[in-house]
Amino acid sequence: MSKSLKALAGFAVVAAMALPLAQAGAEPKPGHKAKDAVKEAKASAQAAVPAAPPAPVKLGLGRPALPEEIAAWDIDVRPDGQGLPPGRGTAKEGDALFQEKCSTCHGEFGEGVGRYPVLSGGHGTLKADRPDKTIGSYWPDATTVYDYVRHAMPFGNARSLSNDEIYALTAYILNMNDVIKDQDFELNQTNLAKVKMPNADGFYEDDRDTAEKAFWNKNPCMKDCGPAPKVIGRAIAVDVTPDEKAGPKVD
Amino acid sequence: MSEKPTSDVLNRRRFLGAAGLGAAGLAGAGSMLPSLAAKAGEVAKPDPAITEIQDWNRYLGDGVDKRPYGVPSKFEKDVIRRDVSWLTASPESSVNFTPLHALDGIITPSGLCFERHHGGVAEIDPAQHRLMIHGLVDTPLVFTMDDIKRMPRVNKIYFLECAANSGMEWRGAQLNGCQFTHGMIHNVMYTGVTLKTLLDQAGVKSNAKWLLLEGADSAGMDRSLPLEKALDDVMIAYAMNGEALRPENGYPLRAVIPGWQGNLWVKWLRRIEVGDMPWQTREETSKYTDLMPDGRARKHTFVMDAKSVITSPSPQMPLKFKGRNVLTGIAWSGRGTVKRVDVSMDGGRNWYEARIDGPVLNKSIVRFYVDFDWNGEELMLQSRAIDETGYVQPTKAELRKVRGVNSVYHNNGIQTWLVHPDGVTENVEIA
Repeated sequence: MSKSLKALAGFAVVAAMALPLAQAGAEPKPGHKAKDAVKEAKASAQAAVPAAPPAPVKLGLGRPALPEEIAAWDIDVRPDGQGLPPGRGTAKEGDALFQEKCSTCHGEFGEGVGRYPVLSGGHGTLKADRPDKTIGSYWPDATTVYDYVRHAMPFGNARSLSNDEIYALTAYILNMNDVIKDQDFELNQTNLAKVKMPNADGFYEDDRDTAEKAFWNKNPCMKDCGPAPKVIGRAIAVDVTPDEKAGPKVD
Repeated sequence: MSEKPTSDVLNRRRFLGAAGLGAAGLAGAGSMLPSLAAKAGEVAKPDPAITEIQDWNRYLGDGVDKRPYGVPSKFEKDVIRRDVSWLTASPESSVNFTPLHALDGIITPSGLCFERHHGGVAEIDPAQHRLMIHGLVDTPLVFTMDDIKRMPRVNKIYFLECAANSGMEWRGAQLNGCQFTHGMIHNVMYTGVTLKTLLDQAGVKSNAKWLLLEGADSAGMDRSLPLEKALDDVMIAYAMNGEALRPENGYPLRAVIPGWQGNLWVKWLRRIEVGDMPWQTREETSKYTDLMPDGRARKHTFVMDAKSVITSPSPQMPLKFKGRNVLTGIAWSGRGTVKRVDVSMDGGRNWYEARIDGPVLNKSIVRFYVDFDWNGEELMLQSRAIDETGYVQPTKAELRKVRGVNSVYHNNGIQTWLVHPDGVTENVEIA
């Protein structure tokens, strides 16, 4: 190495140190020449503030999940049956359970108590003025009953039911909705996903972009638009707005 | 139906209106005094608010140790979230509403962000909280809160609107106050990591298409999210408005799904499963599907359409003064930025472009104003948002023509407030 090259290399080292972080973490490229380093250092010096080092994609944070941990939390059930656990239950078995754990809110036959959800009935009402969207009339997949009961029911004591109990309750709810006719039909891991729900074909993908394309309007009316408006309804007449007394107390 | 309200009705409205007036009481009382220029020849009486020495001007106020975590002035005690008790069976599976009428600017104070829970507020020790990512990944992983806070952070301001916001108004004007008609929305700054950062750690397999997000609350809220959106702009947040999330907003960790319906923003987030199809959970089948007039329903209606509302004047914020007034409101769009907001004072016959002031950000609320003179004439106030895609907020009639009245969700129709000559303002339906 000639003297001048050594001097240049020395400068490069100083320059790199004067630019802390700028190249930290960057692997030195094979064949990286001192001359290049000088060039880069000069270029960096021209940029007002050197950028912080980019974070690598793999951060080395987190640890592998153990199979037991995944099993403890992986409780979801899909329409194709993925996630259904081993187990079994019949509507007859579910009836007793339902009366004990569910009927306070949902009524003995899923008719609903107070404003708690109605679980049965409502067939043929989806075009009506006041549709009843129940499990039997509206839900597209039987697996959702299992998934939801397993996640969230009974209300206030979630995750307390065994897999068999959830099969039995699912069978009872489907039986109330005439989806499973036989009280002794055994619902299990293999057949739940095959149960066809009455409204299974009642859904389609969001089509607002095409069905509502009139709402994209380059020139909305600004002046003398339509006839003079008339009041045709008033919230005051309905009179269901909570008043001051309905609000929580604030100390 | 355009006859004058009876005096009973007016009294009731004044009573309700007082909710929004508490803070302004002093200023309002002051303004009732004859102004100096009021009537020639009359001698103006001095204002005791000026001439009398007030307690707060003489005696010591509270010391710095009195409010270690600040609280609003006691004169603002009516500016609170409120619920509508008849809407739900139980307060643990219910919603309360942001008092939009009393707010300004674009940021919602953390303590006023509306709440919607399905199994009550989970009170989670962050040291015990874990986030698991598994399914179609190279390595299933578990993260602690400390792990997540060591990752590269992002800060973004987004609105969060419940898809059922204004859902009680499909069949006509029902609730008398924009807190109730439009208060299932808030707008805050989130701090957290991108979901992409988290997914990169586990390594998503090439056949992955959907994610399942699940909460740690007693409802175990679970919803399916398309992977494409997840990799685009979804955040996993642990802070809002500069401090840790509030428990009612998902402490210690929640999903932030910009521009999409609030139900997807799973709170108390503990698990993300990677899969190749949606899970069809209860929330995305029995709820958050939009029933159309033909008895079929739209599903995966994630995006929140452009929408706006005048927050003042509104039923809880009646007009009090003739002469100069400030009309204000908010607008937003799940498809990007708000480009323009128009305001009408005659029920949609004539429109004027409102002045937007403050930051105009992607999928964030914007604040608009119209500074106007009012001489006591009846007004039918409306606002109309236009977003950067050219979408124009529709009238309620236009919306009902396509969707009927049974869709529950995504009611972004133009709202009408009727201002009476005495300033009383009410929620009306017009045609």
